[in-house]
Formats: sequence, C-alpha cells, structure tokens
Amino acid sequence: MPEDTAPTASPQHLVIVGGGMVARRLVDALRERDGQGRWAITLIGEEPRAPYDRVALTSYFAGRDPEDLALGGQDLWDDPLVTLLRGVRVESIDRTMRRVTTSTGASLDYDALVLATGSFAAVPPVPGNDLRGAFVYRTIDDVADLRAYVESRREELDRPVSGAVVGGGLLGLEAAGALRALDVDTTVVEFAPRLMPLQVDEGGGEGLARLIEGLGVTVRTSTATSTVMGERGAVCGMSFSEGPDLDVDVVIFAVGVRPRDELARQAGLEIGERGGVVVDDACATEDPAIWAIGEVANIGGRCLGLVAPGYTMAEIVADRLLGGGGTFPGADLSTKLKLLGVDVASFGDAFAQEPGGLEVVVSDPVAGVYKKLVMSDDARTLRGGILVGDASAYAALRPMVGRELGGDPAAYLLPEGSAPAPTGDLPEETTVCSCNNVTAGRIRGSVSEEGCTDLAGVKACTRAGTSCGSCLPLVKKIVAAELTKSGVEVSTALCEHFGLSRAELFDVVRVQGLTTFSEIIERHGTGRGCDICKPVIGSILASLGTGHILEGERAALQDTNDFVMANLQKDGSYSVVPRIPGGEVTPEGLIAIGQVAKDFGLYTKITGGQRVDLFGARIDQLPSIWARLVDAGFESGHAYGKSLRTVKSCVGSTWCRFGVQDSVGLAIDLELRYRGLRSPHKIKLGVSGCARECAEARSKDVGVIATDNGWNVYVGGNGGFTPRHARLLAEDLDTETLVRTVDRFLMYYVRTADRLQRTAPWIEDHEGGLDVIRAVVLEDSLGIADDLDAAMATHVGTYRDEWAETLADPDKLARFASFVNAPDVVDDSLAYVGERGQARPATPEERSSGSVIIAGTTLEVRS
Amino acid sequence: MTAAPPTTNVRLCALTDLVPERGSVALVDGTQVALVRTHDDDVHAISNLDPYSGAQVIARGLVGTRGGRPTIISPMFKQVFDLRTGECLDPVGREPVSLRTWPAAVVDGQVVLEATGDDGVAPSPVGGP
Repeated sequence: MPEDTAPTASPQHLVIVGGGMVARRLVDALRERDGQGRWAITLIGEEPRAPYDRVALTSYFAGRDPEDLALGGQDLWDDPLVTLLRGVRVESIDRTMRRVTTSTGASLDYDALVLATGSFAAVPPVPGNDLRGAFVYRTIDDVADLRAYVESRREELDRPVSGAVVGGGLLGLEAAGALRALDVDTTVVEFAPRLMPLQVDEGGGEGLARLIEGLGVTVRTSTATSTVMGERGAVCGMSFSEGPDLDVDVVIFAVGVRPRDELARQAGLEIGERGGVVVDDACATEDPAIWAIGEVANIGGRCLGLVAPGYTMAEIVADRLLGGGGTFPGADLSTKLKLLGVDVASFGDAFAQEPGGLEVVVSDPVAGVYKKLVMSDDARTLRGGILVGDASAYAALRPMVGRELGGDPAAYLLPEGSAPAPTGDLPEETTVCSCNNVTAGRIRGSVSEEGCTDLAGVKACTRAGTSCGSCLPLVKKIVAAELTKSGVEVSTALCEHFGLSRAELFDVVRVQGLTTFSEIIERHGTGRGCDICKPVIGSILASLGTGHILEGERAALQDTNDFVMANLQKDGSYSVVPRIPGGEVTPEGLIAIGQVAKDFGLYTKITGGQRVDLFGARIDQLPSIWARLVDAGFESGHAYGKSLRTVKSCVGSTWCRFGVQDSVGLAIDLELRYRGLRSPHKIKLGVSGCARECAEARSKDVGVIATDNGWNVYVGGNGGFTPRHARLLAEDLDTETLVRTVDRFLMYYVRTADRLQRTAPWIEDHEGGLDVIRAVVLEDSLGIADDLDAAMATHVGTYRDEWAETLADPDKLARFASFVNAPDVVDDSLAYVGERGQARPATPEERSSGSVIIAGTTLEVRS
Repeated sequence: MTAAPPTTNVRLCALTDLVPERGSVALVDGTQVALVRTHDDDVHAISNLDPYSGAQVIARGLVGTRGGRPTIISPMFKQVFDLRTGECLDPVGREPVSLRTWPAAVVDGQVVLEATGDDGVAPSPVGGP
C-alpha cells in the first residue's frame, strides 16, 4: 500500500443513511480526497441494490438491463474503507450516543452521520389510490412491478391495455414514456393549464403538448383527478372534476416528491415548513455530527429535486469532513431531458422573472419547435431560456447564462448548423458540466497541463460529461480547441491522401455514385493512396455492392488477404476457411474438408467461430484448394475480410432440453443474410437458444438470445484487444422484427463508423450513445430506415460467392501464379516440420540447423 | 568509372501480365524479385524478401504514395518502402532496413530487368519468354 493511502490512525466512522445517487457521490468524493484514510464509511441503503442511476430509470423500458443503470464500477464497494449495506433500513438515531439502529437489529456508532434519504413519490389523497394497478414511479422495483402488471393484465384481459399518468411534469412525462414503451395507450392528466409548468412557459407547454400528442399520448391539462375507480380490487377507470371519465387499467401517480425526513423528525432535528431537514450552506444540521444532502436537505428554505445540486452538496460534505470550508453556491435548476423522444430544456431565468428581461422567441408549430431566450434589457446578456423540440443548443447556451452572448440572440435559435454556436471562448470559471461541477478551465487544464489528448482521457481525468452527458458536445469542442492551441492537429482525415473521415467518404461515394478509386481520389484526395485509404475505399465500394472485389481497378485496393481471399500467415503461406453457416455441417462436408486438408498437407484446426481452418496453403495452391471446396458445396468464409465472420450458435430447441427457440436455424439465416457484408471492422454474431447463453452471444457485435416471447438483441460486444459485453438493444422481438433491427444496426454501423472501429467504440462515440442508435434503428428517428433497409436488401440480393466467381475467371486466376516469369515453379522458401502429426512452419533455428522436414512442395505428414 | 559494366537485359514478362498498382514476383537466378507496375505504367523491381518477417511477401503489399514518393507496404508488419530506392520510410517502431532494388524498364511492351552482372542476380532467368 502506498504511504499516502495508509491510515494514519484508526479512522473515524462516517455513516450515510440512504443509498441513492447523491450518497454514492459522497462516498466517491470522500474516497478520492481522503488519501490518508481518515474516514471509514458505511452506506446503508434500503433498496436491494447498489446505488443506481435513477435519472435514467425510463431507459429500463427501452430495453436496458437494471445492471446498465449501475453507477460506476464495483471498485468503490471493494474499497476496504467502504461498507455497503443493502436492503437495510435505519430505524432510529440516538444523537446522544451517536448511534443508529437498523432493521436487522444492529447498532452502528458514528462520528459523523449524513442523511441522504432522498424523497418518496407523493400519492394524492384521491379515493382508489391504493387499488391494484396504481403505481408510483421512483425505484427500479417500481418500474419492474409496473411492467409485470401491465404484461399480466394484457394477457388476462386479452386486449391492449390503457393507462394514465397523473402529473404532467418531468416525472409524469418520464412515466408516460415508460407506458408508451410498454405499448400502453396513454393519457397524461395535468392539473395546471400546461405540461411541465415548473420548467416551461405557456408557449413551450403548448409546443410540448403538440409534440407529445403526435406520439400518440393524449394530454388533458387543467384537469383534477377526483377518483380512481376499481373493479374487483383493480384499477378500471378514473373520474375528474370536469370532463368525461376515462377507462384505464393502470394509473401512475407522478405528482411530485416529498422529502423522506421521518428519521430526522424522530431524532428531533429541525424540519422545514414544507418538509426536509434544515441545513446551512455547509449542509450541516443543528447537530454538529449530522449533515443532510440531496432531496431530503432543506437548503436556503427549499428542497431541490434534481441530482446536480445533490452532487454539489455531497462534494461540500466530503470537503467539510476533511476540514475544508466549502459552501453551497446556490442551485442550478437547469434541466435537459429527452422525454418520449422529445427534447426539452430549461435553464437560467427561464420565466423572465428578473425585471427588464427581453424575450426572443422562435416558434415553429409545423416543425414542432419552440425556443425562447431570455436576455438582459440591452439584449446582450443571456439570462435563461426554454428549448422544446430541439435542444441541441442547450449544451452551448447554458454555460453562457449571465454572460454576453456576442451576436444576434436569434441566431442561436435557428436550426443547428445555421449559426455558429459558442465554442472554446468560454471564460475559465464557467461551469460546463453541472453534474460534476467541472469548469471550462479545468477541462482546458486537463489538456494543456495533464496531457490528456482526447475526449476519453478528459472524461476520465475531470469526470466532465460522465453523468447525464448533455455537456459532451461542448466538452468535445473545448478539448478540440485546446488541442489545436497546443499544436496538436485534431483531424478526422483518413490519411495523407484524404481529408475526409471514413463516414464522410462513404457518403460522398454513395451520393455521387462513384465506383472507382481513380475517380474518388481525383475528386476528393491527392496522390495515389496507401495502406490506409485503399482498403477503406475497397470496403466502401464492396459495401455499396459494386461487384466482385477483384474486378478491374478494385483489385489494387485489397490488402493481401482480400486480394487472394485467404489469410496471410507468418511464413507467407495462407490459411483457408470455408463458410460453415451457424456451425452446422454435414458428415459429407466434414469429410470433404478433411480430404482437401489431407491431399494438400494442410494443418487443420477448429476455429473459435465454429469452423475449420486449413493452414499452410501456398498462394499458387489456393485456386485448386478452392475448386475442391466449391465442388463440395462450400463457399468463401470471408475469414480474410473486414466483413461478417461467423454467426455462432448453440444447439437450440431442436436438441437441447432447455432451448426455447431454434437458435441454429436463426444463426444460419443470419449468416447467409450477412455473408460477404464488408464493414469497418470484422463483425461476429451469436445466437443462443436460451438464457444459458451457450453461444456466448453477448461477446459478439450482435448477440441474439431466445426468450419465451421471441428474441432479445444485444449489440456492441466483442473479444479482441478490449473485450466488451454487448448491451441490450431491444427485447422480445419476433423474427421478422429482429432481422430488420439487425439489418439497420449493421448497415448504420457500416455507413458511419470510423476505419477499424469496432461496434463497441462506435456506439460509445456515437452522439447520445446506444439510446440514439436505438432510436435510429427502432423508431427511425433520422428518417433513414428505408434507405438502410434498401441497402441491406441490395446486399442480400446481389451476394455471390467470391471464390466461385474467381474460379470462373482466368484473368483473376492468373494472379495466383507463384512467379510471373515461371508459373510452374514452386516457391521453395517455405519450410515445415512435423508436430503432433501435422505440419507447422519451421523456426529460424530449425531452418539453419537443417532439420526441416518439408520444404517447398507438400509431403504427407505422419507422426 | 572507366567503363560501364556489361549489362544484359533480362526480359521477364509482358507489361500486361502485371496488374496496375500491384506487385508480382519474378524468379531471377533463384532470387525473388518483386515487380510493381504503378498507375503510370512505370515498373519497379525490389527485393521480395521482407527483412522483418523473413518471408517472401513484399510483392503482396499495397502500393501507393507517401509524400509524393511511390511506395509499397509489407503485408506482414506494414513497414513502408520507397519503390525507387528501397529506402524504409516507416519502420513501424523497428530499426529501418532498406530493400535492394534493381533498375527495371519497359521495352516494346516487355518488362526488362537491367541486370549488371556483378550484383548477384545473374542474367539467367529460370523461366520466362
């Protein structure tokens, strides 16, 4: 253990009551700064899981695992100075003894106690609020129960389920999104005259209602719920103070939250008028050993229901516990959300409450956009704003609050791309990432002083952009500007020959219909290409279905593997891999492969992808080997290409006792569908017939796992240098939807990824990450789905086996001659020795000592 | 230099036997020579032996340009060589090793190696026209 982390004396004990996001941040902040181990920490949470991202709760319905909501890694909980008690409640606090008692009957003494108990969801006192089918929306368990109820109700009733959300604020619209994701016919009921009354003005509320109704959600504003009606103990309808009744099967109450201050009350701490533990601007209560942070803390006379100020409070308490003097700077109540796929943002003095404010409004009901900026009376300084329908300007505008905007404010409200957004000129002290309280200066410093050279490094170093991610575009711009300033060229250029990135190049080639390298480099590049741009263009042309990869000029673009359609090995020989779709092969097929291997003296091995690899083929032998394999019904396995490799499968329901779907059949269909698809990197798929996952589908770029109801699809997994587990993209798809989903995912990746970028980093680097890709693939949010579908249909329809075509073309076959001036002479530079009954390349020592057994032409090897 | 060494031109193949922007291999007195036809129908002759892997593979590398110089890239570990001089332009983290080159020309549509007789590659091709 390094000296500075060794405990100086026996540490003091900090007990944190509550296991939410803010509690976790406190543990994080304290462990980060407390190098001397002054504090041992016990975190007591009543939920059965470690702190998770409650803000992203709704994404659970869009197909994410609960585990994806985990905050950060496990490392924190493995720290010997940190104890996490899950599923445990604190029952009482004895302030005199400085001791808490828990639901398990244990007593823990503390030197400092932090209340981070958060809030509970409020349920209005309407009759029927306790019927089955009435829910709140607060925890993973709440949403899991909601989902289970909706699904079982749908089955029971054997018709579509309808539901209502009481409350049209942030939480209510989140909940409505969850219901829509569950395919529930949804109505939002709001007491106020508009949606999101605390964040947006009348115009914004109207725009929002229009957008949300466009998504199939009914909106009833100025409506008070009077009763939830029941039938046999379950919700069946609602009645209102005005207007007609509504038949519903499920109701979610999302009218707001109330601080969970009962422990503090019982311990005799001061409670605010409308609840919450009263704290000063250091988050301290009247008891010097007790602090309160997050939603339970009543700071400056109010409780704050947002995570960013909670994080700030956690940082302050961590600082204070180590003897610092941090104080609460006041809350930034800015919010940006994507509700039901609709962007909503509100920041600064959004309602123009400060005197003399000028409002600049752009409202386009046709495009579904409402944007407002509140400016100072001289129209120079930005005070706040509201963005509905398109919040792309949020990241750039929010940090400008209180500063001169420099330019026509209206320019900032025009669609993205038509106005220069503020970039790297932000003052040093401006907060860029409000979740983690990171300033522009800190981000610049991480580049100029700490040597970070890319966005990933800056994120790791400063934590900017690691929570909600809404500031990432701005962080990226600042980093790029700073790198440029320090002389580092930030370029997306492919190589010295092309200034375009791969994705840009793909687009111009596609849109301009270019088909030859000469045309492409003449129009868009310089020189004659290299080992970087040539294969990229070869791959782009192949992805666009422009014919055989060795046709005409295209031959010169292929690296040696693609050129001879085999894999170069260390001694200059090649390996040959016939395609075995889904890993299913007949005995006759196996015998044919075995016979070829035997006749050509090839070393034979089963690959990791359920195929047979034949090693040691000379370049001049490849055509005759393939003539035999093609005759036996095999085709190219594309083991050499940046293309689809294998679709691994388990045995599936045909033979397996546990299989719930035909994984082999699907794997074969998928492999035949995507065979030959050229992509930025090699891609592998897997299909498992049940959750036992024998095909290890979650370590593949696309992994499909059978469920009782269909298929779950995971994306972005891979082995390789940086192994990744795939993440859930969608659940319970029927086969047709699954295939369409995979089509779009792969084609979108093929079009937009960087050269040699695997799916996992592509997803990570994609703006908005997996959520945005999911929207593109499942909801066609970019309007390109038809185009992607058509591109895949073209690929599937025009596929032809490269080896069969090559064998039929004497010009192409001529290229496999060993020597251009002596086509019949065999290359004698290859040398082999026997090992375990097969041939392997001789080592340099074996070559020089003359113990080489086989040289040049092949000999039969038997041990 | 008092007298030019006796040169015997070795005819190896037709220019059209070579794929533009790709290498082929000729066997000259037991030595493997990579022949590269560039886009402008220039032909370069350079050693086929990759010094970094010990394999006879240079001819199978990608052909291109780097800063205006014609290049070939070893397909094994991606070192970049100048086709005209054999100079290693990018050793990919290793010690640079240059490749031997031979003067080559196209005469009447035939690729000719201008072997000088004193450089180890004798003018006696194994096969050829």
